[in-house]
Amino acid sequence: MEFTKPTIEYADLWPLILVLGVACAGVLVEAFAPRKARYLAQTLLAGVGLAAALAGTVLVGTRLDAVEGARGLIAAEGAIAVDGPGVVLWGLVLFFALGGVMLFAERRLEGGVSVFAGQAAALPGTDAERQAEGRGLDHTEVYPLLMFAVGGMMLFSVANDLLMLFVALEVLSLPLYLLCGLARRRRLLSQEAALKYFLLGAFSSGFFLYGLALVYGYAGSMDFATISDAIGNDAANHDLLLLGMGLMAVGLFFKVGAVPFHAWTPDVYQGAPTAVTGFMAACTKIAAFGAILRLFHVAFGPDRWSWQPTLWVVAILTMLLGSALAVVQTDVKRMLAYSAIAHTGFLLTGVLGVQTATDLGSGEVTSVQAVLVYLAAYSFATLGAFAVVTLVRDAGGEASRFASWTGLGKRSPLVAAVFALFLLSMAGIPLTAGFIGKWAVFTVALSADAWPVVAVAIVSSIIAVFFYVRFILLLFFTEPTTTTAAVNRPSPLTAVVVAVAVLGTVGLGVAPDPVLDLLADAGSFIR
Amino acid sequence: MNDVPWLTVLWVVPLLGALATAFSGRTGIPARTVAVAASLVTLAVGAVTATRFDQGEGGWQLTETHTWISAFGAHYALGLDGLGLLMVLLTVVLVPVVLVAAWRDTEDDRNGAAFFAWALALESLSLLVFTAADVLLFYVVFEATLIPAYFLIGGFGRAGRARAALKFLMYQLGGGLVLLGAVIGLYVVSARAGEPTYLVTELAGLDMPTEAGRWIFAGFFLAFAVKAPLFPVHTWLADTTENATPPTSVLLVCILDKIGTFGMLRFCLGLFPEASEWATPVVVVLALISIVYGAFLAIGQDDLLRLIGLTSLSHFGFIVLGIFALTQEGGSGAVLYMVNHGIATAALFLLAGFLIRRRGTSLISELSGMEKGAPVLAGLFLVAGLATAGLPGLSQFVSEILVLIGAFDYHWLAGAVAVTGIVLAAIYVLWAYQRIFTGPARAEQAAGERLDDGVGSGTTAPSATEAVATRTAAAPADLDRREVGVLAPLMLALVLFGFVPGPLLEVANPTVEMLLEQVTPDDGPTVASPEEAGH
Repeated sequence: MEFTKPTIEYADLWPLILVLGVACAGVLVEAFAPRKARYLAQTLLAGVGLAAALAGTVLVGTRLDAVEGARGLIAAEGAIAVDGPGVVLWGLVLFFALGGVMLFAERRLEGGVSVFAGQAAALPGTDAERQAEGRGLDHTEVYPLLMFAVGGMMLFSVANDLLMLFVALEVLSLPLYLLCGLARRRRLLSQEAALKYFLLGAFSSGFFLYGLALVYGYAGSMDFATISDAIGNDAANHDLLLLGMGLMAVGLFFKVGAVPFHAWTPDVYQGAPTAVTGFMAACTKIAAFGAILRLFHVAFGPDRWSWQPTLWVVAILTMLLGSALAVVQTDVKRMLAYSAIAHTGFLLTGVLGVQTATDLGSGEVTSVQAVLVYLAAYSFATLGAFAVVTLVRDAGGEASRFASWTGLGKRSPLVAAVFALFLLSMAGIPLTAGFIGKWAVFTVALSADAWPVVAVAIVSSIIAVFFYVRFILLLFFTEPTTTTAAVNRPSPLTAVVVAVAVLGTVGLGVAPDPVLDLLADAGSFIR
Repeated sequence: MNDVPWLTVLWVVPLLGALATAFSGRTGIPARTVAVAASLVTLAVGAVTATRFDQGEGGWQLTETHTWISAFGAHYALGLDGLGLLMVLLTVVLVPVVLVAAWRDTEDDRNGAAFFAWALALESLSLLVFTAADVLLFYVVFEATLIPAYFLIGGFGRAGRARAALKFLMYQLGGGLVLLGAVIGLYVVSARAGEPTYLVTELAGLDMPTEAGRWIFAGFFLAFAVKAPLFPVHTWLADTTENATPPTSVLLVCILDKIGTFGMLRFCLGLFPEASEWATPVVVVLALISIVYGAFLAIGQDDLLRLIGLTSLSHFGFIVLGIFALTQEGGSGAVLYMVNHGIATAALFLLAGFLIRRRGTSLISELSGMEKGAPVLAGLFLVAGLATAGLPGLSQFVSEILVLIGAFDYHWLAGAVAVTGIVLAAIYVLWAYQRIFTGPARAEQAAGERLDDGVGSGTTAPSATEAVATRTAAAPADLDRREVGVLAPLMLALVLFGFVPGPLLEVANPTVEMLLEQVTPDDGPTVASPEEAGH
């Protein structure tokens, strides 16, 4: 058998390669640069790398070729599809990852050190830990880890065959497991979160891999387009496909935190360092929904009738459970975690909408457009909200219990108002980005006649509004108590993240037309 | 001058005023001065807008249309019809009155600027709602009004205000989300019929599938019923008026709640004529229940602010009854009722506020014999009260009669039940008056008692009790000149529109006619009204 050299379209893939390359360079910096220089070198490397990749993504996006109703090309021997939605997903991941890096680099809040453990290997409560603490050590490995995760996310959202999808899933997951366990404060909680995330994540990867194998067994190919054709040709062993789809869905539902695979979310969101939580909540969701959309719309698209009922049920359960459980939380990070679960449900509502422009009236919003705009809106709010959480502190570090936020609006009106804005956006109040997202996903679901799902979505929105508004009440209309925490002054890094999130939330809410036009221009997935 | 986008100016001016008020602390000019000035400028703009409006026309005027979100088919589209004009005028007149009435409320309050700023923001958004000619724009602003309303209720008022604000907001947002479902349904229906659009003018001509139309109508109606409010989704009303300050209540009940009945006319009747006719039996029954039940609840109240709030439930029942009687008289009467109720109830709320400021309590059982020390207050209270009870010669009478004619046209039973509402209204007004103003005066004694147990009872905010301590000595027992000045325009309007309702009807009639033509295209109005004969 003759070996042929694979063609790699470097001109279209270089943002992805750049991110992974920077991650490797980060490892080298960690190995060879002196300890003092590492913080600056790593933050610059990560920041500049992401910014360059973002610029590259825009460049790639503008020069995508038109192919039969969509734009883009199948690259790397069919393993990667660089198309309109894929490039938009890249842009979103990179943009919010840049925000994540800025939160990672924040050092003023902890008095000159980062929020990550001084020495992760030192057991909590030991002399080694105190020593590391005393020497002001910092884990700068978090930047290469973040870059690897971002590379995995980018690959995840453009993977065009099953194997690449699995590789991307692992590349994005493993660094995240690590990052979750690296908190400087409350280390046991953080390590517990990392372990839970890892164990459940490993199981879900197993499910995913098994499902992948079954789908391969059905279609005889890893390639999305070939799978789609096999379904279209009504290949034998349909049961194999159903099982495979189900098991793959388990893996993906786990990643986005959909019920009943959501149990890790609150613990991990609470235990992980808040900067990691913000990054993870925004970027993982973008990448995972990119993969879900592509897998279900491209590969399993012709078998829509088989997976749609499942998605209906999962979406309904996720919305209801997420918002109902958020009501009884007494910790801000856990509340945001349950609200993230509810948002996963709303996003799934968008996924089951009408997919291609050909099924729609002229100018109508497609499912991909709706999910993407929702992701953008949600990511602005969630990254901003977690950034604000890092500011509210007392003697024990971040104070995320409700008691610490009582009456915060009277002491720090600006910070409280900004947090309220993010909550209002998550609640989908008009003139915020969240409303545009909510409108879009509900519309595509209703266009696909999924009105029971939309009805449930409205009910859960009402429940969700209740806990968001109640929290705003706590912020503004309650007198501060002795437990009320103080708002610390952050460095410009965090301040910029919050400011950009505010601008994005308001801008996307008031004038969403440019973004929606961009998404309409991105078109649909290619195959 | 024709190029000036008056409707945009109309909502931008108070919004700028709100910002100026919020940041007035740095300039040294008192916030309330800035706010009142801004509201007067808005009044002037409103007056100019009114002069540019051609009364004979039933359709949209002074329109402005720009694309807003093309993917959603949404436009920044403004327009004014007779209904909108009356609501706009009511708003621009009431807001300065309210602001001047609240002049002293926040004298020593650091949050004073906040109150005036939120009030102006609410005015701005309300004006935008009344002029919106695009369903999505209407929806967005309809929801946005809740933010200033929430902060007005939650930030100022009595001890229970935080809970009241939460309850208010949950009801409104719940209704709002149902409305969102309906608005999205409208988009889907319009997209299937061709290009998706939210322009009211284009949607009105849409050939809507019957079943979908009815579902969407139900969503719209439910949201507006919460807003208005209508039985059985009214329970937020009394809690809100009890705990909010009286000026806030005026803004909420007299302006904001009108969006509910306004929306029923503009969207339920305007966009879903078939479904509106289909739903009338249910709606009329709900309206009748609201009229009678609201009145009974009002009679049973001991708290004056709750009482006034619940009378509004009864009044909104009348308005909805008039709208869904689907006759020219009923419709015009309902529109007129919206204006008159706004004026009379505003007067009542403000008077109650002045009364409570003097006595430190809003419990009727603790008030007695007020008319001896405060004859002007008592007299004006009686006039405003009788106006809401529909005394001939005062404005509400005309609208009530028109609504009743509409109701009898619809079914004699509906008319008969509605008439009892008027009788009950007389009871709650006169009985409250009797208990508060007549009988032995016990001013000093009552005030003393309040000082002792006022804080613990939970019905009175500590600040109000303190106010009594400082004021029973200093403040005159009767209304001062500012307070009389505040009420004068309202009282004048009550009497004027009682004798000369013609101008209001002339503005309202063409719009109502147009709406009804869609609902009952064949038979038209059943009884010709005198105004119509004059055309």
